[in-house]
Amino acid sequence: MPEQTLSVRFFARLREELGTVHLTMPAPAGQTAADLLATLASRGGPWGQLITGQPVMIAINQAMAKPQSPVKPGDEVAFFPPVTGG
Amino acid sequence: MPQKSFAYSQTVPSVSIQNADFDAAQEYSQLRDSGAGTGAIATFTGLVRDSGDRQGVTGLFLEHYPGMTEQVIGDLIAQACQRWDVRKARVIHRIGRLPLKSQIVFVGVCSAHRRDAFAACEFIMDALKTSAPFWKKELTDAGEHWVEQKASDVARSEDW
Repeated sequence: MPEQTLSVRFFARLREELGTVHLTMPAPAGQTAADLLATLASRGGPWGQLITGQPVMIAINQAMAKPQSPVKPGDEVAFFPPVTGG
Repeated sequence: MPQKSFAYSQTVPSVSIQNADFDAAQEYSQLRDSGAGTGAIATFTGLVRDSGDRQGVTGLFLEHYPGMTEQVIGDLIAQACQRWDVRKARVIHRIGRLPLKSQIVFVGVCSAHRRDAFAACEFIMDALKTSAPFWKKELTDAGEHWVEQKASDVARSEDW
């Protein structure tokens, strides 16, 4: 059921190290961005860095968010390293 | 805060994220066309240089978050309009592979007076470096590496 999932995107160093641009993940009720990171980190290997490595920035529906921010079905959640443009 | 009585003019899009190079002279000409009250234009252009986190940089690769990046920069321009007399503003940021001396970023601001033009231009540039989702990878003869965020950039952005 598409409405019970959310979309996860990775950018820059995380995209390369995880070898993943986009994932569709379950969106259980009451889930936070930190819960989603923990679920992804439990895949092991390079995924562990999502909670043990360098800081990961979070955007929900293209707005900056915090680990405690709720994530809902249908959301677009993005994880990426601190930004370095300009 | 003084009441602002000028009109913000937007005849071309304020924000462009693009692979293609830009013509700073042409951008300047378009900024001049912002109404009779404009008395100052401040512009900034950032270039690819041969050193950064490491020496011997031969180029950069830049990535962004399509959609979010444009929105964040649009918000920064809106914040600048709240704080200073900004009659027109333009931000261009390039993505993809850029060789040495390439233009990376352009910020231009029109105002009635130089202080507002300088301040708004510097604010947009400083804030862009820590809040707009762009990531920069340095390319060298010895390989490539993602640039780490600088504490000095974060401090500069927080100063505003």
